Amino acid sequence: MGRIVLEKVTKSFGDVNVIPPLDLAIEDGEFVVFVGPSGCGKSTLLRLIAGLEDVTSGRITIDGRDATELPPAKRGLAMVFQSYALYPHMSVRKNISFPLKMAGLDPAERNKRVEAAAKVLNLTDYLDRRPGQLSGGQRQRVAIGRAIVREPAAFLFDEPLSNLDAALRVNMRLEISELHNSLETTMIYVTHDQVEAMTMADKIVVLRAGHIEQVGSPLELYRNPRNLFVAGFIGSPRMNFISGAEAAKHEAATIGIRPEHLAISKTEGIWKGTVGVSEHLGSDTFLHVHARELTQEPITVRSDGEIDIYHGDTVFLSPQEDKVHRFNQEGLRLS
Amino acid sequence: MATQHSKSAARFMISPAVLLLLGWMLIPLSLTLYFSFLRYNLLMPGTEEWAGLLNYRFFLTDPAFFDAIWNTLLLVGGVLVITVVGGVLLALLLDQPFWGQGIVRILVIAPFFVMPTVSALVWKNMFMNPVNGLFAFLAKAVGLEPFDFLAHAPLSSIILIVAWGWLPFATLILLTALQSLDSEQLEAAEMDGASWMSRFFYIMLPHLARAITVVILIQTIFLLSVFAEILVTTNGGPGTATTNLTFLVYAQSLLQFDVGAGSAGGVVAIILANIVAIFLMRMIGKNLDA
Ligand SMILES: Nc1ncnc2c1ncn2[C@@H]1O[C@H](COP(=O)(O)OP(=O)(O)O)[C@@H](O)[C@H]1O
Ligand SMILES: [Mg+2]
Repeated sequence: MGRIVLEKVTKSFGDVNVIPPLDLAIEDGEFVVFVGPSGCGKSTLLRLIAGLEDVTSGRITIDGRDATELPPAKRGLAMVFQSYALYPHMSVRKNISFPLKMAGLDPAERNKRVEAAAKVLNLTDYLDRRPGQLSGGQRQRVAIGRAIVREPAAFLFDEPLSNLDAALRVNMRLEISELHNSLETTMIYVTHDQVEAMTMADKIVVLRAGHIEQVGSPLELYRNPRNLFVAGFIGSPRMNFISGAEAAKHEAATIGIRPEHLAISKTEGIWKGTVGVSEHLGSDTFLHVHARELTQEPITVRSDGEIDIYHGDTVFLSPQEDKVHRFNQEGLRLS
Repeated sequence: MATQHSKSAARFMISPAVLLLLGWMLIPLSLTLYFSFLRYNLLMPGTEEWAGLLNYRFFLTDPAFFDAIWNTLLLVGGVLVITVVGGVLLALLLDQPFWGQGIVRILVIAPFFVMPTVSALVWKNMFMNPVNGLFAFLAKAVGLEPFDFLAHAPLSSIILIVAWGWLPFATLILLTALQSLDSEQLEAAEMDGASWMSRFFYIMLPHLARAITVVILIQTIFLLSVFAEILVTTNGGPGTATTNLTFLVYAQSLLQFDVGAGSAGGVVAIILANIVAIFLMRMIGKNLDA
């Protein structure tokens, strides 16, 4: 069980209001990702849920029980920190069994659970090492191990992959997703990386300056971003925005079109431009096309990996009409 | 090639410093050793002659010698216990956010800058004096008999005085160590259900182990040679109650003008200090490995 509900939760540090009143419901078994730029209050929100910070006002309930005033240990949640926060002077075994020891379990039971967790996380061979003797990925796994032995109502992750290299990050992403599938426990995951959000989440919560900009499944956010911020934040490469005369043709203040929804041609099309930088990834090519009549920013286009277009070529772009996003003066979506 | 070359160049260039240090250490040490084998009394100049191990026999069979060793160990041990325990507690206290934190932290280090002679005199005359002292005044205020600290508990009083001087040092080192503890570790422990006491014993204390080791090692070196506090308060007495090894060497060579016996005592003190150092390194030195 792990249904977490925030009602009108606010948080201020002194005079600085970091979280304005915020409502959010997290269903049991869901994988929820909080995503937003650095400093938008993701960690603060997670720490409020964990109980490491006290709410300034509002209510937090966990499984229907009011947890607003409960100390962290009583909330039945486990957290994986960005720095892993392993206990450096304890072996991996002792690290993982620490919460069990604090809960007063007898050594035999502790050992059984530690061995089980180590098996799931491929840590069996490392149980007697110190954290300092492990690689980044292994430390990450120990931190997760310390969380799962407690059998918490929900897991909280604060940017757990940001200290790993790119290849390992992809691996750990899969492992955490698999862990979620097998445990079926609620997980709340904080990241500033929209790729992690898109690939892992059941439900994404996009935050900006403590505000929830939009909540929805990855594809909902991708297809129907509620405003310019979400549209620009979700999707990689970023959505192209065009305002002015071209947008007015669509009866909008700004229109947005994703790089993958633009067709490129050397001979015909709607918008004319010159190719600037092109990034060849093998599977895809990202072309940055300058079309000064439309916008000062280069327009990013995603096309075939083996396309035959180079720097300086004149090209034509054609948006797929049904994939054009329209936004009004306030940046809100026009349907 | 390049590194080989720069290595010998480096050796050549640090050699003056090394030689100077060697001379600095070796000459006094050799002279002490040499004197310790002489019959050398300042009252009878010109009569120096080879004495063999006589000085050592004289020093080691002196009943004051065993008192001195015992007093030295009590003094070092007592001060270490007070400063480490007190230092940890003070560091925990000063680590809490409170108003005027900066000034309090500076004030805490102040005793360290007071000269040992001065602090001992202040303690002796202004606090512990059975007639004029503050403690006597307080005792009289609540109707108790004033206690003559330096007469009835001389060694404990000196331990107190020395510990007062070293407490800031321990506090400061332990406070810096405490501040370098990753707060996420404490938060993780809190989420793991650890009470404050468990967090202290399982997280903070192990984190402080290295700093405590440093405090113990450095303080031991200095505490083995405490002298000024004894000289200005009790002069080693009553009897030999507060005579430590350093003071005994001083008493032998300067009060009794016997440089030979004093030097022998000095050599014995060096050997004992090294024994203590070896013991310490065996016991707690592993904490210094990263
Ligand atoms: N303990 C604190 N005291 C004062 N301000 C804080 C504290 N913790 C966070 N903040 C502020 O709150 C805002 C949100 O921080 P945080 O939740 O860490 O952002 P994120 O995790 O999204 O990068 C930041 O502007 C930060 O400066
Ligand atoms: Mg953060």
